Amino acid sequence: MYRYDQYDQAMVDARVEEFRDQARRRLAGEMTEDQFKPLRLMNGLYLQLHAYMLRVAVPYGTLSAPQMRMLGHIARKYDKGYGHFTTRQNIQYNWIKLEDAADILADLSTVEMHAIQTSGNCIRNISSDQYAGVAADEVTDPRPWAELLRQWSSFHPEFTYLPRKFKICVIAAKEDRAAMRLHDIGLELVERDGVIGARVYAGGGMGRTPMVGPEIRDFVTEDEIIAYVEACLRVYNRYGRRDNKYKARIKILVHELGVDEYRRQVEEEFAHMKTLGIQPPVAELDRIRAFFADPAYETGLSEDIDRSDPDFALWLDRNVAAHKQPGYAIANISLKPVGGIPGDASADQIELMADLADQYSLGELRATHAQNIVLPYVKKADLYALWQKLDAAGLATPNLDHISDMIACPGLDYCSLANARAIPVAQKIAHRFADTGKEAKIGELKLKISGCINACGHHHAGHIGILGVDRKGTENYQLLLGGSGAEDCSLGQITGPGFNEDGVVDAIERVTDLYLDQRQDGERFLDTYRRLGMAPFKEVIYG
Amino acid sequence: MKLLTGNDLASGDVIWWTGSAWSRHVGDAVDVGEEGAAILAREAEALRVNVPYIIDANETDNGPLPAHIKERIRASGPTVRTDLAINTDIPIVKG
Repeated sequence: MYRYDQYDQAMVDARVEEFRDQARRRLAGEMTEDQFKPLRLMNGLYLQLHAYMLRVAVPYGTLSAPQMRMLGHIARKYDKGYGHFTTRQNIQYNWIKLEDAADILADLSTVEMHAIQTSGNCIRNISSDQYAGVAADEVTDPRPWAELLRQWSSFHPEFTYLPRKFKICVIAAKEDRAAMRLHDIGLELVERDGVIGARVYAGGGMGRTPMVGPEIRDFVTEDEIIAYVEACLRVYNRYGRRDNKYKARIKILVHELGVDEYRRQVEEEFAHMKTLGIQPPVAELDRIRAFFADPAYETGLSEDIDRSDPDFALWLDRNVAAHKQPGYAIANISLKPVGGIPGDASADQIELMADLADQYSLGELRATHAQNIVLPYVKKADLYALWQKLDAAGLATPNLDHISDMIACPGLDYCSLANARAIPVAQKIAHRFADTGKEAKIGELKLKISGCINACGHHHAGHIGILGVDRKGTENYQLLLGGSGAEDCSLGQITGPGFNEDGVVDAIERVTDLYLDQRQDGERFLDTYRRLGMAPFKEVIYG
Repeated sequence: MKLLTGNDLASGDVIWWTGSAWSRHVGDAVDVGEEGAAILAREAEALRVNVPYIIDANETDNGPLPAHIKERIRASGPTVRTDLAINTDIPIVKG
């Protein structure tokens, strides 16, 4: 993992003290809320439905055990005993007191963490593949580039006041586990003739105007990635709309200019930038890359796993992924117990996961955009012991990428922007499918729920998506089918009129019943939908 | 009826205007009629409330009930964590 150098630490510490003074002045009445609000947002402190909410950055989802332990400490000491892992690989706390906020940031800085750029119209937390560095299918480890982008984008003076927020994702595998093409900029690291570089996508995103990011450049060499990304941002910063926040994301600019014209302008800017010689030195990338060198893997480990415990075998089949290193596995910890709150973990659970990372995963964890946690370095021989401890703590639900492994935003239970609750719908769906045993029959099905059109719950990218809306003061749920955030990226289509909370659960059951009836060998729900089209699904939904 | 609500500056807690002070219980709230804007400005200035605003509510046998579901959830606490709620008897979805 990357470790802060003196500059990183000094920057974060200085920001903590700056914010401490700002909060003191606000509490003393020396600043109005209008003056204070942009300052607290720059430090991830929102005012939500019930209290202040603090969003803590987890750079590209990577956490050390001490960092995870600190997240548990914050949940216990400053919140109400839990935290919520988000769809941006971050964590947020729902019950923060303004008078505690600076102390929390100070605690975070002791483990090289902060809440900077988790809000506002700046470059947000860089996201990446939760299997980075251990995936069997990646061409290189994307984390050095993610870290380089983090450093480049932190306090970048030119990009502190963009037209709108900006999200960048870096992956390096064919299988897209990070919804890369639904980011403002998506970088897919690829190898061409033995040279590593990036395929660049720009103008993707969800929200009220969802778009799959088009390819802007098929290859840029690794030493020019930052310059190219900077060129993409410069064109956006110059021409992105600032008169209407709903038209201000880069996807609107790319769409309105047209991909070819946007690309032409970026290439022109890129050519200019190359003459300035301001690319990060290769030595800096090498310095960063050294932090992500493979650990000292043990060799000669057994590949055998005793599957005699059927509950363990089920978890093994669903929640454990292939590792690039023989004898090791990637263990996914589901934060989606049936009837639970997707992404929530108690302080005890967070601290336990930190301890298990120390014991079984070389002290490292990952947060996923699907609101789960990954232990990336588990010896196969340790999987059963790990599973027993997870199971005892309610962390061994065997449902990865199944219907109850839902993404759900906090919705109207917590969020001041939401129009409808998302969590109760998630809970009802999970119960319906677990209780009837249909989850197992259905297999892979990614269901995603948002409580408003801002789409934090990624409903556009769900094989089945649900969008909560406000219909004359009543919660109403629209159903979407056919979305995907993976390498087969697509946007879901609305089926028709919406439903109440129970109605949408019934509609999903009818949709999945049709799938079970119509699927052909090996087809996932999404495959069957794509083969059959919307019509038969609409027919069973609305009759 | 009209209620005044906002958040406590230091704690962030949802609070309701009782006529002379602020309460965490919507049942203590009073109808501010046409006086809301003036009270709101005075109380915000005095740092006794943060981001205050006026909402519509209905008088019921159990006290004031915010008209909009978002305000009913603010008044009750998260419906999915009733252990953390402060006003659990508020009907979130109107029957």
